[in-house]
Amino acid sequence: MTAIRRPTSITLTRICPANEVVTAAHTSIREKPDFVFTFSVMKNSLSLASWPRRLFLMLALTSAAALGVAHAAEESADAFIKRMSTETLDTIKADKALRNGDVSKIILLVDNKVMPNVNFKRMTALATGPAWRKATPEQQKRLQDEFKLLLVRTYSGALSQVSDQSVVVKPLRPGQDDKNLVVNTEVRGKGDPIQLDYRLEKTPGEGAGWMIFDLNVLGVWLIENYRTQFTKEINAGGIDALINSLSERNKANAQKS
Amino acid sequence: MSPRHLRALGLAFSLAAMQCTAMAADARDPWESMNRRVYAFNDVVDVTVVRPVAQVYDKVLPRFARTGVHNFLGNLSDVWSMANSALQLKGQATAETLMRVSVNTFFGLAGVLDVATEMGIEKRKEDFGQTLGYWGVPPGPYVVLPILGPSTVRDGLALPLDFKGDPGQNASDPATRNTLTVLRVTDLRASLLKTVDTVKEASLDPYSFVRDAYLQKRENDIYDGNPPSDFDYADPDLSGK
Repeated sequence: MTAIRRPTSITLTRICPANEVVTAAHTSIREKPDFVFTFSVMKNSLSLASWPRRLFLMLALTSAAALGVAHAAEESADAFIKRMSTETLDTIKADKALRNGDVSKIILLVDNKVMPNVNFKRMTALATGPAWRKATPEQQKRLQDEFKLLLVRTYSGALSQVSDQSVVVKPLRPGQDDKNLVVNTEVRGKGDPIQLDYRLEKTPGEGAGWMIFDLNVLGVWLIENYRTQFTKEINAGGIDALINSLSERNKANAQKS
Repeated sequence: MSPRHLRALGLAFSLAAMQCTAMAADARDPWESMNRRVYAFNDVVDVTVVRPVAQVYDKVLPRFARTGVHNFLGNLSDVWSMANSALQLKGQATAETLMRVSVNTFFGLAGVLDVATEMGIEKRKEDFGQTLGYWGVPPGPYVVLPILGPSTVRDGLALPLDFKGDPGQNASDPATRNTLTVLRVTDLRASLLKTVDTVKEASLDPYSFVRDAYLQKRENDIYDGNPPSDFDYADPDLSGK
């Protein structure tokens, strides 16, 4: 109650004349402690009377309130996915270079918009399996870089298909664990809908409060699908063999496009 | 036979056994070496015939015509999907697919327009392999069928029924049946032009990529999008992030 109401009533003061707010606050949040808080703030700001100062105070309070909301991690997993996928989709729709498969721009988008919400180290570690623990930090770093490039390059082709799509987030299945939670979505547009699911972990205070660590396209989980191939390479020639094959694959793909 | 011969024979057997286990690294794919050969054969057929035909089809026909063909064939498939929804006792899905077929057949010019999707009636693909899976029949070993591609013993055995269940294949005129078959293959391959290229670019070993994807996808479809996950998501490295 308290955490949510306070910002609302303060925001009002920015828009309405002070006396009107008092009545609004009085009628809507009757007999709650917030009212006292809001009222005292208002009184203070009125007695200070000078506009710049008042405005500053209001701004400081509202931004604090906004920050509080963003970092409270109270955003549910499905709301987070909805927001993230809509934002990303809108960026792609607005930028022709992205749709034309401009890899450097796509990598920029991935780094800025997607990666902050993805635990990519965990993804790579899971795809690699037990051999990950034996790899040196430097090998781990190279493996992550090559794997990321492989995924970005191969899926960047799909961006040219983006036109009028929208993302429908399905209701969360109840009884899921915060540490390993699946959000089901569907990309709808021309043609058959595309199943796109995310596996998330709750990370209070980190990123937006949720981190993605696996992705499911059309019913196929990414990590599981790479595990077999990675294991095969590792069995044949160790972690360096895997890094080399990934880098060879990336070079071949770069030449094609 | 002397003991030495026996020992040699034993060694030969154990070597052969070791080779077998090395080949069949995946318990779901005991026939891997044969499957790989069929996969390579299919790939040749695809690259030389099916893909070029699909590419021409994709280039020559305008989008609305291709969409019309896709919708028309999809409407025919919906009939068999409905039967399988019913066999899985999914009441709502059965009723909705019946709605789809009737709406698309009567208002969508025999299925050329997918009016039902516009109306928000979801498409649900069900085939007999899924029905068997729903009732607990295990997939059995992975099989790559010549021309038809990835399958399992269960899905492969269900396939003849799926063919029978396609209304297009019940046409009395063989020419109609053949045309529909060619159209179906071309439509399917044309819709997968990008996907197959992506798979080849995204994988270190396309064979196992396709196999793992197929097996996961079937499990996904049997559980209507939410299969129980048996993948171990425990961190291999808990020490750092």
